[in-house]
Amino acid sequence: MTPGHDTARPLLSVEGLTIDLPGVQPGLVEDVTFQVREGHCTALIGESGCGKTLTSMSILGLLPASVRVSAGSVWFDGVDLLTRTPRQLRRVRGGPVGMIFQEPMSSLNPTMTVGDQIAEARRLHLGERRKTALARARELLERVGIPNAARRIGAYPHEMSGGMQQRVMIAAAIACEPRLIIADEPTTALDVTIQAEILALLRDLQRDLDLAVLLVTHDLGVVADFCDDVVVMYAGHIAERTTVDGLFYDPAHPYSSALLAAVPQVGQARSRLTVIPGRVPSAGGLPAGCRFEPRCAHAQSPCGERQPDVSLGDGRRTRCGRVASGELTLQGALRG
Amino acid sequence: MSTRMIIRRLGGGLLVLWLVSILTFLLVHLIPGDPAEVIAGENASQADVERIRTELGLDRPVLTQYVTWLSGVLRGDLGHSLFTGKSVVTSIAESAPPTLVITIMAIVLAVLVGVSAGTVAGLTQGSRVDRLVSTLATLGIAMPSFWLAMVLVSIFSLTNPWLPATGYADLGEGFGTWLSHVILPSTALGLATAAELARHTRGCVADVLTRPYVRTARARGASGAWLVRRHILRNAAIPVVTVLGLQAGRLLGGAIVIEAVFGISGLGTLAVNAVLQRNYPVIQGYVLLCAVVVVLLNLIVDLAYGWINPKVRTA
Ligand SMILES: Nc1ncnc2c1ncn2[C@@H]1O[C@H](COP(=O)(O)OP(=O)(O)OP(=O)(O)O)[C@@H](O)[C@H]1O
Ligand SMILES: [Mg+2]
Repeated sequence: MTPGHDTARPLLSVEGLTIDLPGVQPGLVEDVTFQVREGHCTALIGESGCGKTLTSMSILGLLPASVRVSAGSVWFDGVDLLTRTPRQLRRVRGGPVGMIFQEPMSSLNPTMTVGDQIAEARRLHLGERRKTALARARELLERVGIPNAARRIGAYPHEMSGGMQQRVMIAAAIACEPRLIIADEPTTALDVTIQAEILALLRDLQRDLDLAVLLVTHDLGVVADFCDDVVVMYAGHIAERTTVDGLFYDPAHPYSSALLAAVPQVGQARSRLTVIPGRVPSAGGLPAGCRFEPRCAHAQSPCGERQPDVSLGDGRRTRCGRVASGELTLQGALRG
Repeated sequence: MSTRMIIRRLGGGLLVLWLVSILTFLLVHLIPGDPAEVIAGENASQADVERIRTELGLDRPVLTQYVTWLSGVLRGDLGHSLFTGKSVVTSIAESAPPTLVITIMAIVLAVLVGVSAGTVAGLTQGSRVDRLVSTLATLGIAMPSFWLAMVLVSIFSLTNPWLPATGYADLGEGFGTWLSHVILPSTALGLATAAELARHTRGCVADVLTRPYVRTARARGASGAWLVRRHILRNAAIPVVTVLGLQAGRLLGGAIVIEAVFGISGLGTLAVNAVLQRNYPVIQGYVLLCAVVVVLLNLIVDLAYGWINPKVRTA
């Protein structure tokens, strides 16, 4: 856990990202701004439907055809990915940026050997021949902890367990020595014991390869163990942007502290964050003021009318006016 | 596909053929009354009836007849035509080439046209091309093949004298001549199958496009022809192959109608005449041949299926 004022420069910088469902619903994701620093991990947390997947998919232009980015920019290594041509974008996908998805079984091609799927990025990006790329794929399988790699290289996804499949996904994502990994709930679909193994592997790789990671997760234990910076999303925008220490010791948004309260013992409970009463409003039914106000235990009269976005210094921001004005101090998970 | 599985499929095919052989044999005995008299017809002399009776061995016990008949079949002896005395195997061998050529060409055409059109439509859902393909496919499925054949003849043979309207030419008579006789019948026969395949391929491609593994491949930098060939088509092909297997058997039957329209004397003509004349040995030969072809087709489809789908291969 590195403190927030660490000087590593941002590798990925998302600015004012807004995603619409054109003609149906603007603002599925609205004005989202955050950074992922070189060699560091940023967690993207929030309840189901808050826009985490849309945000992470938009970075490499992988949104479904029905939704569209209507504003904002995604700076990666000094260029705005949103202004790249499809061709330029393809060079980034699977090259300097790798992605890992939630369901390893459905995210791997059932008709292709795992070796070919790992080798694919190297053939596409480095122009390697199949044989060379497969030899490298074997090393990668060993690297992600799959025994008997030489034989496993010719296996098909359905011949492997979920944990093995996710290791294959990870091997494929790091095949071209990326600098950034985007992982959308990489362990949610797995058994609890396997989850820990996969996370340990990810952390290991992050240190060894000096990877920056954007980790979408429901698991605050993972955030505590693994991440440096935290982005808390609520109903399509960012409720709070902070560091890991900030989140656990000094949350600056009632939604964050409600999330902490929903997990009694940090580091052990791995339940989904669904224990806060009420539901996340959809983009069509947002309150006029603070989006969390209807569910907030600390809401007072002006909360229903204003939607502030206040800097707290050190790159931290909150959308809670009461916390920003010093009127409200919230309970952290590790305090008292 | 494992050798064990291939052997199992082969065994299944042989079992089907054996059952068909029994049914085919019983064909003669299912005729009510005295088969020899019925086959000979109303105006036949007693001598004719007796000749047919011995020709078919009807005077012996049924089981003996079956064993004799089956051992003949296994040695490639399907008996003789009741009227011309010609060997059934020779008759079939003479009439099979045009039918087989037209059917195979129809399948090739259907796969080429149907799969490509369906793929393009599936990849560009909602586009003008997609709508055009869908409309044409519906038309193609709705149109009876004989009518399509007549339309093709009127356009390409009568209005414009480009292609012959009737008849068949062997490959020995020159590639051009052969092709010019084959194009129209196989097009008429194959278009409905092409339409069916286009519809299925479109649906399968559209379905595969929504699968997470396609998104994963894109996230890896795959695109264009690479993405289509390695990730989309291979997965979309699995259900399409099954449809093709069903269609191939249907095409062989459809060839009878097409032969009639184009005045080609092939297997269809042979079978129709045999039925009209109650020429049982020829009918039996035709039914057996069809069974063998269908069993073979199914075997090929199974093998192709296993080759495309690793889940079947390793099962
Ligand atoms: N293709 C789409 N078309 C229309 N709406 C969509 C689409 N994808 C997502 N949405 C909507 O956008 C909102 C955000 O979805 P998103 O998948 O980003 O949530 P999430 O935070 O990843 O949730 P989860 O934790 O369940 O994965 C949801 O309300 C969802 O209904
Ligand atoms: Mg999601």
